[in-house]
Amino acid sequence: METLTYLLPQVWFGILALFLFLYVMLDGFDLGVGILSLTSSTEERRSILMTSLSNIWDANETWLVLMGGGLFGAFPLAYSTILNALHVPIFIMLFGLIFRAVAFEFREQANRKFFWNFAFGMGSFLAALGQGFALGGVLKGIQVDRAGHFIGTSWDWLSVPSIIVALTLIQGYVLIGSTYLIWKTEGELQKTHYKTATIAAVTTLIGAAIVTVITPIFYESARTRLFSQPLVYLFALIPLLGILLIWQLLKSLNQKKERMPFIWTILIFLLTFIGLGMVVFPYIIPTKITIYQAAADPSSLVIMIIFIGALIPVMLFYNLYQYVVFRGKITTGNYGEAE
Amino acid sequence: MLIDSHIFSHSNTFLIMEFLNNTVVLSRMQFALTASIHMLWPTLTTGVGIYLVIIEGLWLKTRNPDYYYHARFWAKLYALNFGVGVATGIPMEFQFGTNWAPFSEAVGNFFGSVIGFEASWAFMLEAAFLGIMLFGWERVNPAIHYLSTILVAIGANLSTFWILTANSWMQTPAGGEMIDGKFIVRDYFQAIFNPFTLKSVSHMFLATLETSLFVVGGISAWYLLKNRNTAFFSKSFKIALAAAIAVAPLQIYVGHLSAEQVYHYQPSKLAAMEAQWNTIPAGQPANWSLLALPNNRAEKNDWEIVVPNGLGYILELKEKLTEPVLGLKEWKPEDRPRLVGLIYYSFRTMVGIGFLLAGLMFGSVLYWLLGKLSAEKITQQRWLMRAWILAAPLGFIAIDTGWIVRCVGRQPWTLYGQIRTVDSASDLPAGNVLVALTSFTITYILLLIAYAYFGSRIIRRGPRFDLPIPEVEVTKPAIDTTPGEFVPDERPVEAKQ
Ligand code: HDD
Ligand code: HEM
Ligand code: HEM
Repeated sequence: METLTYLLPQVWFGILALFLFLYVMLDGFDLGVGILSLTSSTEERRSILMTSLSNIWDANETWLVLMGGGLFGAFPLAYSTILNALHVPIFIMLFGLIFRAVAFEFREQANRKFFWNFAFGMGSFLAALGQGFALGGVLKGIQVDRAGHFIGTSWDWLSVPSIIVALTLIQGYVLIGSTYLIWKTEGELQKTHYKTATIAAVTTLIGAAIVTVITPIFYESARTRLFSQPLVYLFALIPLLGILLIWQLLKSLNQKKERMPFIWTILIFLLTFIGLGMVVFPYIIPTKITIYQAAADPSSLVIMIIFIGALIPVMLFYNLYQYVVFRGKITTGNYGEAE
Repeated sequence: MLIDSHIFSHSNTFLIMEFLNNTVVLSRMQFALTASIHMLWPTLTTGVGIYLVIIEGLWLKTRNPDYYYHARFWAKLYALNFGVGVATGIPMEFQFGTNWAPFSEAVGNFFGSVIGFEASWAFMLEAAFLGIMLFGWERVNPAIHYLSTILVAIGANLSTFWILTANSWMQTPAGGEMIDGKFIVRDYFQAIFNPFTLKSVSHMFLATLETSLFVVGGISAWYLLKNRNTAFFSKSFKIALAAAIAVAPLQIYVGHLSAEQVYHYQPSKLAAMEAQWNTIPAGQPANWSLLALPNNRAEKNDWEIVVPNGLGYILELKEKLTEPVLGLKEWKPEDRPRLVGLIYYSFRTMVGIGFLLAGLMFGSVLYWLLGKLSAEKITQQRWLMRAWILAAPLGFIAIDTGWIVRCVGRQPWTLYGQIRTVDSASDLPAGNVLVALTSFTITYILLLIAYAYFGSRIIRRGPRFDLPIPEVEVTKPAIDTTPGEFVPDERPVEAKQ
């Protein structure tokens, strides 16, 4: 029994981390392409950008819905307290996602596309911004009472560190979006995105460096844990690996490789993610509430492993199948019906 | 209209002030707005999804290209619909945490898991295969394409199942108990298949199907009325009509079952649905009011039109009831729904629409039997076609009014008999909720307008007959599957645009 109360929340922490990672990676390039579309020089280029997403944006976004549902079921206290505390950034994200989602279909039908282009680009930007602020807010810490209920104010999440986190996340999305486009397009469009990828790689690096430096300053417990033996060696490894990966990424961009930049970027995301996870664990609301305090009843966690956990391989399989069906370069702004 | 009436007892300026300062009221309005509007789109996603399965199946079976063009045409409307459905759906999920944090924490053990099941069983399936269904015609073979269409429809309907399970459990919380303010599940099977689940899922399933059939039929009627692609659209018209023969009467029956379950499990809601202030003891004749003006303050109806013994026949199909019908006065005012008038008229609107749609179906079948819907004559039935066009939006109205009966009738509880609505809302600054509510209102009005505009545009453009038909790899000679060979000659020139 004792092990179960620890093991089950840990399993769910792992599953939710997986969902979140898949979301950040997949919708990350999705939102990144959206933000990049703000800079598209022609309508044709923008069409190609949107076509590269048209079959997958919904599935990518669904990882967020799945993450939300999983958090709700597995850690109800965390779901309610975090969303309650961060309702402002969450609403920013939601409105961004609304405009972005409808822009796909509405733009295709519209004669004058200006408004929907803007809705798509700005929607992507707002969604990323909201997510960045939410992440910043969580890292900064949420004020709670003994029972774990939110007692702070609605603007607690806004601070210099959270702005830096938000901007870095946006840069990261632009980076992964650019490398995705390098993979999926050719010619002039591809050339442009070699450039945007290089710029974004550098700005993300700067942002990530600042975040890494200020994170230990953020809070006590992270600091003590980060600098405790023998973990400190592990944590020291992460920035080193990060530098190595960024170097590889820049090299592959320089050599005009088509797929490697995307793959290196994913690895960079993964590394950042592991780093963050190690800082946060075993908290779900950093330094206030552990996963064990926030976890649902063991019976719920078990049933969710059966009903959700068991489906993960299936979901991964058919999502992957999708990418296989739509493999190859995108050359026209239309998948379905050639006009 | 959705504000509790006690607020109205103060002077007008006070009313507005108090209203704008009341987080609970604002959050409820936000939920009501976002849910009623979200609901409109999944209706077509689930219903038309099934229709697309039928159409594509007919194409694969008969190889008649007309069905293929039908599939492509309706899929285009489907795609438009789907985008808005997802866009309005995502705020639904996150609202539970932002605006209803105490509720979410208390019921997370069950309710949260079910929301998770919905995402993993339904949304992901639907989302992943939608791409293939919409854009994959030339990328996968027809069998896989058909499988994708089926999986999208299954995904959409599974999401109806799970969300109605969640909501039914809010009506009849079974399978566990509240301990220290949290619901602990003892028996998942009982909680999932709580007393409301099966009938409510069926009623909702039929509602999406019925609404979609009348939308497909209504749009087809518009083309027939305009004399455009008549041979083509009389096909979809008749498919919709044929399906409605089964669906429309069945829906009335399942609606009756829904009313019965409310009678047994939620007597305070039934009393509000019928504006019944005083208890009708068992064994007494139970009258039914057709129309009434409920007065909450005086606890009576100011006037009413009564059908003698009506309620007895409606609930138990006999004159005298075996169980009493409890009147609203059985509960203290704070323990019963306040918006009696809204519930009462919403219920009558839904039921009225149910009978209207069934009536339209019967009338049309009569025309069909009399041979008036044959290829030459169908375009002459101008009034019938007009009636179908007018009927197209009715299903949506029935659905939203049905939900008002269900959710507002559940008041003052979020979890019936266990958790009160006032204790469910997050303690957010009212100003923040007001800003969110206003933004949602403006955004959703914009979405409705844009959707109507682009949707009608797709309809005005009509189906396209120049799309390449995917190869069907069967033993038939290749020439049979070459596009062009099958394109019917009688189609009007304007369709080629
Ligand atoms: C096309 C839509 C449609 C039509 C024609 C009807 N309904 Fe309905 N009704 C719904 C769509 C709907 C709904 C929106 O789907 C609801 C809301 C929740 C639910 O499960 O179904 C609903 C709820 C609902 C409820 C409330 C259940 C509850 O509170 O738990 C009752 C009592 C009825 N219906 C009864 C009827 C009757 C007697 C009808 C027949 C004439 C009828 N409905 C036609
Ligand atoms: C889709 C159609 C739905 C409509 C039109 C609808 C309508 C409403 C309305 C009108 C309210 C406000 C009640 C009041 O102000 O008195 C409400 C509240 C609520 N509904 Fe529903 N609802 C729908 C579906 C659902 C579903 C499927 C769920 C759950 C899965 C749900 C859960 C809630 C919750 C949590 C509240 C807030 C608490 C409350 O005021 O009762 N609703 N809904
Ligand atoms: C009776 C009420 C409801 C039904 C039948 C229903 C059904 C559906 C369906 C079929 C979809 C797929 C997308 C589409 O149809 O366009 C959808 C989207 C969505 N719904 Fe609802 N829904 C209802 C109410 C709610 C509520 C109360 C929630 C809150 C948890 C919710 C959350 C969502 C979400 C998050 C999406 C987007 C899913 C995606 O990314 O694909 N829905 N809903």
